[in-house]
Amino acid sequence: MKKPRTMKLSLPLEEYMNPGHLACQGCGATLAMRYVLKALGQRTVLCIPACCWSVIDGPFPYSSLDVPVFHCAFETAAASASGVKAGLEMAGDKETTVVAWAGDGGTFDIGLQALSGAAERNDNIIYVCYDNEAYMNTGIQRSSATPYGAWTTTTPVKHFKDQPKKDIVAIMAAHRIPYIATASVAYPEDLFKKMKKAKDIKGTRFFHIFAPCPSGWKSRPEDTIKLARLAVQTCYFPLYEIEWGEKYILNIKPREKKPIVDYLRLQGRFNHLTEKEINLIQEEIDRNWHRLLRLCLQPEEKPTA
Amino acid sequence: MKKVIMGNHALSYGAMLARVQVISAYPITPQTQVVELLSEMCASKVLDAQFIKVESEHSAMAALIGASLAGARTFTATSAQGLALMHELLHWASGARLPIVMGNINRAMAPGWSIWSDQNDSLSQRDTGWMQFYCANNQEVLDSVIQAFKVAERFYIPAMIILDAFSLSHTYEVVDIPDQALVDTYLPPFQPAFRLTPDDPHAFGGLTSPDHYFELRYKLQKAMEKVPEAVEETGREYEKLFGRYLGTVDGYCLDDADIILVTSGTAGSTARVAVDNLRKKGKAIGNLRIRLFRPFPFKIVRQLLRRAKKVAVVDRNISYGHHGIFYQEIKSALYGFSSIPVFGFIAGLGGRDITPETFEEIVDYTLSHETVDSEIIWIGVKK
Repeated sequence: MKKPRTMKLSLPLEEYMNPGHLACQGCGATLAMRYVLKALGQRTVLCIPACCWSVIDGPFPYSSLDVPVFHCAFETAAASASGVKAGLEMAGDKETTVVAWAGDGGTFDIGLQALSGAAERNDNIIYVCYDNEAYMNTGIQRSSATPYGAWTTTTPVKHFKDQPKKDIVAIMAAHRIPYIATASVAYPEDLFKKMKKAKDIKGTRFFHIFAPCPSGWKSRPEDTIKLARLAVQTCYFPLYEIEWGEKYILNIKPREKKPIVDYLRLQGRFNHLTEKEINLIQEEIDRNWHRLLRLCLQPEEKPTA
Repeated sequence: MKKVIMGNHALSYGAMLARVQVISAYPITPQTQVVELLSEMCASKVLDAQFIKVESEHSAMAALIGASLAGARTFTATSAQGLALMHELLHWASGARLPIVMGNINRAMAPGWSIWSDQNDSLSQRDTGWMQFYCANNQEVLDSVIQAFKVAERFYIPAMIILDAFSLSHTYEVVDIPDQALVDTYLPPFQPAFRLTPDDPHAFGGLTSPDHYFELRYKLQKAMEKVPEAVEETGREYEKLFGRYLGTVDGYCLDDADIILVTSGTAGSTARVAVDNLRKKGKAIGNLRIRLFRPFPFKIVRQLLRRAKKVAVVDRNISYGHHGIFYQEIKSALYGFSSIPVFGFIAGLGGRDITPETFEEIVDYTLSHETVDSEIIWIGVKK
């Protein structure tokens, strides 16, 4: 008789997200929420501004989550979370983790001022930006998180987005907050581990989670994980942490850096790109990657001036 | 204990006595001393509260909405442009039924930049679902903060305490600072019926279909309708403890008045002086100062104005393309109940003084006209 095979679980079995939510097929943002809540547990409050997740959670009087949700105004995720944290503390609850959970539009664009304010005050909140690289909820309009070359409904093919994606992590690092991490739904264990670590840190913690969107990227729902993994393997979206805006830690260094074209070709939003434009994108990724590698060098490894 | 304090500090003392728990504010002239004193109170632990020093008024209100939903008693103060920036969130606070109390110093809206008083800032927020209390002196400012929390927390409706720039905000008056223990009996700790907590997880403010939204707004209005009576009732309760009655309106010499002036804010105090002067000259004038503007105290206003032969409404504000805003409200209140002529005057925009002479001019005009033949009667416009 064969010995029964056991599998070691890399993530807790507990679920705080239930079936019945309203996400599209292959939604990366939905996986992001599921993993984040596994790390943070039930004593968590979410402040969700206008974004895909204000729909995904379900309409009044329903919610697909087992944690309380405060649906807040678009530009207020960070300020709302700061207020909730203060309010809970004054009401005698000092333990609950307060999370601002916003999309890229609510973070890179309209919510940036409030986010900067909360970070400068080092308010005791976790801010998660799940990034699907456009205003997907309203029908795929460009945001400042939309990458160069992408089609959206406000950057049509004839005039695709010709500015690079805003470097939100660098902006947050400049605030010298205690903890910043990038994460991806293709690397749930890495995401889980970093969120666990963040939970025990006091002050403003910022997560930038890469969350593919088949509806907006014109990709196949079954390619969501593949795309998220390729984003890491091509070094388009590297996984790393920053402590106090100074100490950079690279979490995953691809053995072999894949060409960006492998990533672009799976998405309809980049269909129109010529070889020249793809080369420009590749060059920008290479520059960013080398900059990041330099930042990740430990002090003793850094060349002296 | 009696103290000589400015109107802004009367707001701070009111908030302190109400034992607010979360304050979030952004500086703007002429409001700054309100939050400066509260900062000191928090720093010296006179007040056990968290003060979130935000980067804008928009975030100030956003943070208070979060804190109030989490179960804390919350307070802020602002003025003019700051209040306008909050506009979206004023709707949010009332729609979410959060009893936030805010001081607003009436200041004219830019451009051109003005730091002087008129009411267009707060009256532009008329339809946001906030209670609005207009104050005439510093004592009333302090007392109103405490009373507003009591009413706000009973009905889950936010409240604005409104005072004129400089003529109240920066004017020092003798104010009786009530005893904390007595205030505590009047205003027990905030115990909300619902709150944001992992102990009882719910989603607040999610997508609301036409099947539900209508009733939520209906309920807000139904709660609003109960406020005028509750203000009178809590005002009488306040009087029992502190000796000062806080009603929806403040009437002066109304019983035998042929002409009743309708006023608000500090213009209401000035009008009293004018009434005294005019009475000495044998003119039967009275003054009805509106303290509670939202919800509008229809019943008492109708009851008091119906006795007069004429009504003269004085507005330090304007709804462009229409009338002064109090004028609109008074006409609306009297419509179908009385046919006495109601005259609408606009004076004192952008902080131009409203003096007893202003009221004498208004009364002269009203005496000399039997019917209303002007949409707006402007007082003191330079030719």
